[in-house]
Amino acid sequence: MFSEMLVKLWENGIIQMGIWETIYMTVLSSMIAYVIGLPLGVILHITDAEGIYPLRWVNRILGLFVNFFRSIPFIILMVAMLPVAKLIVGVSLGNRAMIVMLVIAASPYVARMVESSLKEVNAGVIEAAQSMGANNFQLVWKVLLPEAKPSLIVGSVISMVTILGYSAMASTIGGTGLGQIAISYGHQRFNPDVTWCCVILTVIIVQVIQEVGTWIAHKTDKRYSGGSAVK
Amino acid sequence: MGVRPVPGNVLEISHLHKAYGQNTVIEDLSLTVREGEVIVIVGPSGCGKSTLLRCINALEGNQGGEVRLHGEPVLKGSKNLPEIRQKIGMVFQNYELFPHMTVLDNIMLAPVKAQGRKKNEVREEALALLKRVGLETKADSFPRQLSGGQKQRTAIVRALCMHPDILLFDEVTAALDPEMVREVLEVILDLANQGKTMLVVTHEMQFARAIADWVVFLDDGRICEEGTPEEFFDHPKTERAKKFLNTFTFERKARQPKTI
Ligand SMILES: Nc1ncnc2c1ncn2[C@@H]1O[C@H](COP(=O)(O)OP(=O)(O)OP(=O)(O)O)[C@@H](O)[C@H]1O
Ligand SMILES: [Mg+2]
Repeated sequence: MFSEMLVKLWENGIIQMGIWETIYMTVLSSMIAYVIGLPLGVILHITDAEGIYPLRWVNRILGLFVNFFRSIPFIILMVAMLPVAKLIVGVSLGNRAMIVMLVIAASPYVARMVESSLKEVNAGVIEAAQSMGANNFQLVWKVLLPEAKPSLIVGSVISMVTILGYSAMASTIGGTGLGQIAISYGHQRFNPDVTWCCVILTVIIVQVIQEVGTWIAHKTDKRYSGGSAVK
Repeated sequence: MGVRPVPGNVLEISHLHKAYGQNTVIEDLSLTVREGEVIVIVGPSGCGKSTLLRCINALEGNQGGEVRLHGEPVLKGSKNLPEIRQKIGMVFQNYELFPHMTVLDNIMLAPVKAQGRKKNEVREEALALLKRVGLETKADSFPRQLSGGQKQRTAIVRALCMHPDILLFDEVTAALDPEMVREVLEVILDLANQGKTMLVVTHEMQFARAIADWVVFLDDGRICEEGTPEEFFDHPKTERAKKFLNTFTFERKARQPKTI
């Protein structure tokens, strides 16, 4: 029923390793991308002309920078950034280089996701906080981010799924993970069932991320029915 | 720079000018609010009432004139603006409660974070105030679980808990169903009786008459007429005010006698 290759890959734990590496890459790159992208998104939002701290040139330049990276197809960005990866982690091959690519590609994406989540926060609520004398720092930390939390979580799920897709592509340049297994054992050695196995596993991982994320987002959303502190 | 506050004056608006592009909304408006005074602002829709309130705490910048609270200028973009705003309580037409925070957290956020007061002390005060407005059982509810009237009472408590020098109310019953209007107006009336200094924008003329020490009639961004509630409501001087007050009364023509 299954090809010899698939059985061998499974018995040697290659597939299991691939699952783990895919998850590990995705989660780690997502985390680093948020460390960079979240502040970028906040700055993009508050420095906007309509924002709480308008800074026209900062907003313009940052916006251009983000758009620049967002408009390059990942596969091209990846090749172009090989020297940068070498500069940062010392190698242009393997998982460490892959994480650098993923972070470079994902951070601007995350920044836009964050920005759009913050845009959803009702402007009236921000004005209420201003009228009570919140300074800009308190406005961001105590009102803007907490009020945007459910939307930020939904956004982070979307980002993670995107990053998972990138990581499958990136594993073709000498990284590891399900993408690499699908290419080198499935596609290049004519074992369609290996490819399909990787596809199905990827779909399952995406589903799990989606379900868990949606559940958490729903839990934190007090506007509708998520609240449990009902008295 | 030493500015000697005029005794008794809480808020002084002098020669305020506000325009959106070419469209002048407030023109050369001056108004003083003294300690413990309740001033009601009435006027037709679009005459600039909300804009005036928003200029007072610099949510809107202005194009001329100035606003001073206890002698201190309230200036958009100035360093001490957050501090001054803490002394100006504002209640909005649409409540503007934080949807992801409980009633208690909504109230406690600014006193604790912005004013740096002790959590316990603020909590106690918040609970006492909630009790006073009949919401003691709602402390842990989220805004979505409240009726409009309850939301607005929460918003009033939130403003009160900051111990403001003056309270600004902008048509706080306009978004409410008629049966909830009274519960909110009673809370405001109670505050007036406690001697709070307030600037109230409202379309509820009965209420305006009951609560006001002084009525200001705004038209086209200027003060068209002002006076005591009796003067203004019973003997309006200007045609504009008469016309405006007439929009609140209804008369039916005498029935035609039936002809067979
Ligand atoms: N952000 C804005 N940009 C441009 N014009 C504005 C803005 N806000 C208000 N205006 C204009 O300013 C004028 C006064 O508006 P304002 O909201 O102060 O009226 P109001 O007296 O509060 O009316 P209402 O009783 O309907 O609440 C209106 O003509 C309005 O169109
Ligand atoms: Mg208004």
